[in-house]
Amino acid sequence: MNFDPAIFWQALTSQQFRDGALIAIALTVAAQLTAVVIGLVLALMRASGNRVLGAASWTYVWIFRAIPTLVQLLFVWNALPQLIPALREDWFSPFLAAWVALSMNEGAYMAEIVRSGLLAIDDGQQLAARALGMTPRSVFRRVILPQVMRVIIPPTANEFITMLKITSLASAISLQELLTYTQQSISITFRFAEYYAAAAIYYLVIVSVFMVFQAWLERRFLWTSQRGDAGGLATALRGKGAR
Amino acid sequence: MTNSTNPTDPTPTDPSAHRLLLDPALLGDAEPGVDAGAPSGPLLEAVEIHKRYGRNEVLRGVSFEVQRGDVKAVLGPSGSGKSTMLRCLALLEPIDAGEVRLEGRIVGVRPAGSGGRSVRLPEVELAHQRRDIGMVFQRFNLFPHLTALGNVMLGLTEVRGRSKAEATDIAGAMLERVGLGARVRFYPSELSGGQQQRVAIARALVMNPKVMLFDEPTSALDPELVGEVLAVMEELAREGMTMVVVTHEIGFAKRVADRVIMMDEGQIIEDGAPDEFFASPRHERTRRFLEAVN
Repeated sequence: MNFDPAIFWQALTSQQFRDGALIAIALTVAAQLTAVVIGLVLALMRASGNRVLGAASWTYVWIFRAIPTLVQLLFVWNALPQLIPALREDWFSPFLAAWVALSMNEGAYMAEIVRSGLLAIDDGQQLAARALGMTPRSVFRRVILPQVMRVIIPPTANEFITMLKITSLASAISLQELLTYTQQSISITFRFAEYYAAAAIYYLVIVSVFMVFQAWLERRFLWTSQRGDAGGLATALRGKGAR
Repeated sequence: MTNSTNPTDPTPTDPSAHRLLLDPALLGDAEPGVDAGAPSGPLLEAVEIHKRYGRNEVLRGVSFEVQRGDVKAVLGPSGSGKSTMLRCLALLEPIDAGEVRLEGRIVGVRPAGSGGRSVRLPEVELAHQRRDIGMVFQRFNLFPHLTALGNVMLGLTEVRGRSKAEATDIAGAMLERVGLGARVRFYPSELSGGQQQRVAIARALVMNPKVMLFDEPTSALDPELVGEVLAVMEELAREGMTMVVVTHEIGFAKRVADRVIMMDEGQIIEDGAPDEFFASPRHERTRRFLEAVN
């Protein structure tokens, strides 16, 4: 059996693959953004100096990093509705279950990334801000957070890409994402190479778009007056050397 | 410097007629920091301040006062507690015993229960009191994500409640006065050390503090950049700003200070007018220190 370009092209342009890819992207963005918020809260709890909050944050990270992601996903989809009757309704969809499971899992990793970002900020920054008479809230929002953002962009972009690939785990809970369609198509046609190749192309394209976005974001955080067009998308596409 | 007067010229100009840095109309608050009608008595007082980190007692009963409009130079070897003392005065560090008084009022704490005990104020209230105290750090501590203008504006918008437009005008004028009018759009990483420290001074000054604290403001600078920072500080002193300056610049202390303090091992061992302090130090430790730094 040879590689049939026609089947490959048909798969690549099919409605199902496009829908599957869109679901994968939607799940990735939703879960990762939620995870950033969870990670931020956990990291702040850890840095607060409050023993109870710190211990709670540590325990969360411990549990959610230790248990395999697939187990967490299956737990949320299969076990939670048994424990909580309200989740037996139709609205508790595979997408929602995957969103909850993946963002809670990823939140533990993001907590460590944000924590390293907080540790990277020189102590003199909060001293100078407090000396100006800024309130703790103001110090965090205007001085600490913008600097933490810059530090955590590269590792968070990494997590984003990892998240895209982890969404394929959700095929185990019948979410109709890219890998689910791939496997369904293969089970009918047995054309492994063509369908896997088509799926691979989708992942490549999606990750490439993420990377362009990352480059654009990093340029926005360059903090230089020599930025030319203020970090536009076109400049990001031309690469870092372009000025 | 933007002024044409010789920065080493000790002759005071009429402060109301010729204010480069402390023009009340351009500061971040309605009431000027240098106010002729203000109550008498010392502006800033340290009373028997004790401070320890773990088992290490860094300040062992530090007391002194600074009169309105005076410049107090603080000398002493590293590890003598100078920087810690400044941070305590700036309400950035809690003290273990003693009092800090600003215009006669105890700051940083409130009375708790009987027996003269007190507790540290919550951070939001401390923030409010810190608006009257300007602080300049050895390593500048400019905000790297903001331009020079953004650094000077931040306190005005976040603390003084000024609009963006007002803050831009005030901050721009202040940067002009410290000689950085052409650098407002530059980020800290694009400025020399001397320029960064002048931005830091402008950032503190624009809040219109009652007193300015300087923590070795020229120690992190290349030698050829020290002069431009000292010139701004001398102008500030000439215009009547009350200042406490921890420094190793003996020349600056001689020229500008009204009083000089020597600290050693967490205590003030000498406190005098510059003439006698430098000509005939009473304490042997002071004599040895002055010999070493000269």
